[in-house]
Amino acid sequence: MSSSPIIRLERLEKTYDLGAIQVHALRGVSLDIAAGSYVAIMGPSGSGKSTMLNLLGCLDRPSGGAYYLGGEDVAKMDDDQLSAVRGKRLGFIFQSYNLIDQLSVIENIHVPLFYQGRDIRDCQDHCVKLAELVGLGNRLHHRPKELSGGQQQRVAIARSLVNDPLMILADEPTGNLDSATGTEILNLLDSLNAEGKTIVLVTHGEEVAERAHRVLHMKDGVIDHEIQQRVLRHVVAELENNDTKVVPRP
Amino acid sequence: MINAPAILRTFDLGVKSLMLHKLRSALTMLGIIFGVCSVIAMLAIGEGASYEAQQAIKKLGSNNIIIRSVKPSEENVVASTGRSRVSEYGLTYSDAARLQMTLASVQHVLPMRIIRDSVRFNRFNVASQIIGTFPSYAHVTGLEVLRGRFITQNDEVHTENVCAMTVNLASQLFPYQDPLDEEVRVGVDYYRVVGLVREKSSMDKRPGASGASDGKALDNNLYIPLSCARSRFGEILFRRSAGSFEAERVQLHQITLQMADTDAIEPAVPDIEAMLKHFHAKKDYEIIVPLQLLRQAEQTKRIFNIVLGSIAAISLLVGGIGIMNIMLATVTERTREIGVRRALGARKKDIITQFLVETVVLSLGGGIIGVAVGVIVPLIVSHFADMKTIITFWSLALAFGISGLTGIVFGLYPASRAANLSPIEALRHE
Repeated sequence: MSSSPIIRLERLEKTYDLGAIQVHALRGVSLDIAAGSYVAIMGPSGSGKSTMLNLLGCLDRPSGGAYYLGGEDVAKMDDDQLSAVRGKRLGFIFQSYNLIDQLSVIENIHVPLFYQGRDIRDCQDHCVKLAELVGLGNRLHHRPKELSGGQQQRVAIARSLVNDPLMILADEPTGNLDSATGTEILNLLDSLNAEGKTIVLVTHGEEVAERAHRVLHMKDGVIDHEIQQRVLRHVVAELENNDTKVVPRP
Repeated sequence: MINAPAILRTFDLGVKSLMLHKLRSALTMLGIIFGVCSVIAMLAIGEGASYEAQQAIKKLGSNNIIIRSVKPSEENVVASTGRSRVSEYGLTYSDAARLQMTLASVQHVLPMRIIRDSVRFNRFNVASQIIGTFPSYAHVTGLEVLRGRFITQNDEVHTENVCAMTVNLASQLFPYQDPLDEEVRVGVDYYRVVGLVREKSSMDKRPGASGASDGKALDNNLYIPLSCARSRFGEILFRRSAGSFEAERVQLHQITLQMADTDAIEPAVPDIEAMLKHFHAKKDYEIIVPLQLLRQAEQTKRIFNIVLGSIAAISLLVGGIGIMNIMLATVTERTREIGVRRALGARKKDIITQFLVETVVLSLGGGIIGVAVGVIVPLIVSHFADMKTIITFWSLALAFGISGLTGIVFGLYPASRAANLSPIEALRHE
């Protein structure tokens, strides 16, 4: 685990110009995320967490501030460069899996590499290994429609790993799954994080956020407060011993 | 970045996406299939029709100028007294002589008398054209002598009662015996058969206004020396039909001029016209220039092709609009897929390529099927409708090329719309 942050946000701003009114979705967010960390972003709707995710995922450009991803300022990149960054540096996991229907499991896993100009025959082994990692080694040539929701999300996870990204961005990864399958998926993410993958996850669910090391609560376009889970657990344990009530301060 | 496997994979992906909606893709293709098919079929039919017309004109001889006697309109005819009217018009022997003497570029002047009468042998009686002409007829019109000989200069000079006839006529008059050296009767005179010939042309040699056309006489030609035609038939020709009686005084029905080469034709036409005008009070002749007819036919063919081509092009256009319509619907339907692909690193260019490949696969697929059907349709037409059709390579290439182009042109807008979607909007699309 390296101590230097792979993500640094400096007073990041995003304003949506709706003509008559301007919506300030992000109002100067500064944040460092270290390599290997597991971060959950929570907050009510309208708090700016989706905007945050879009900016982190290089799907949108900030209106102000700087965003360093692996040392590069992506805030000033053009569309093609952003595409390249997404393809090489980032892995995406969506709530509704977002697999491509006309492609098989193995082809779906390969898609990010396809856009880097790498032929599926040259990285077949790599893709198969990832499919096996998520437990779908025997479903390589199935279509997404032939798989259960949990299996589809596993394919999506394998796909997010195929380009060996700096960071995996997960948007409500268990939102469409029942709790048992959701737990399996979260266990899978835990094990990935244990192997050193950086994960940033957006969720509403407390039990999902519990797994993260850091939980960022957003409100009105800024990070309202942050909870360091490991510290929190430690504090809770201590407090229980002392039998005293303490309200944590942000 | 762009390499052969990547293109193949994009192509493969396009086919897979299209196969996801087989019926829709097939129906979309149908527009292009009909378009391409109609381009090829129409051009083939047009080409065939104009080929036939051109062949017919070429048979007249592209080096020739044909001057025909034409009966002037009724009121201008100087009617003689009595119930029977003898109309006098047409080209004269002196016209022929003058043309021979004054035109430098003329090689042969071929005067002809063309008389419709029946030719008899024993009990056989066949309606024919009796053509009194010079021996050079064979050379000028490209007559093919199959047996014996054609009439000669000697026959002409001595007004010999000899004749050559077309095989068609011979086969009707002499079903059972060799016609050579037999004598056939025309009117009151007998003519010895000296040769069997075949006309290069099946065109009607009769003057345009010489009366009701008789299809049967088309290839039933009997050739006699002009001197015979002049002395044996006289200058007044009678025609009786259904109680009416008509007489004409016509010296020559046609004069065919063979020019030295095609370049000499056009300058000669005004000279001929000026000379004939001088000696003919009324316009009782017409000048036919096969070369000009050929040019006109080519002009007509061009117009024909443009008309047919634009009809076919419109159907291709309709097919293209069909493709565009479907692709726009597909783009809307697959907005989320576009968003996913963008999130996974696809550039705008990649999205454009993907959708363009799909439209091109659709249109080229339609093009291939259309070419196949388009080749079959003219064959069926020529088999059942007895029309000549000619499928030219360039019409196939044109139709196929246009179909491919249609795919690109009409695919470009949906593809660019797909590419210009914002990734976030596209991902959020339900």
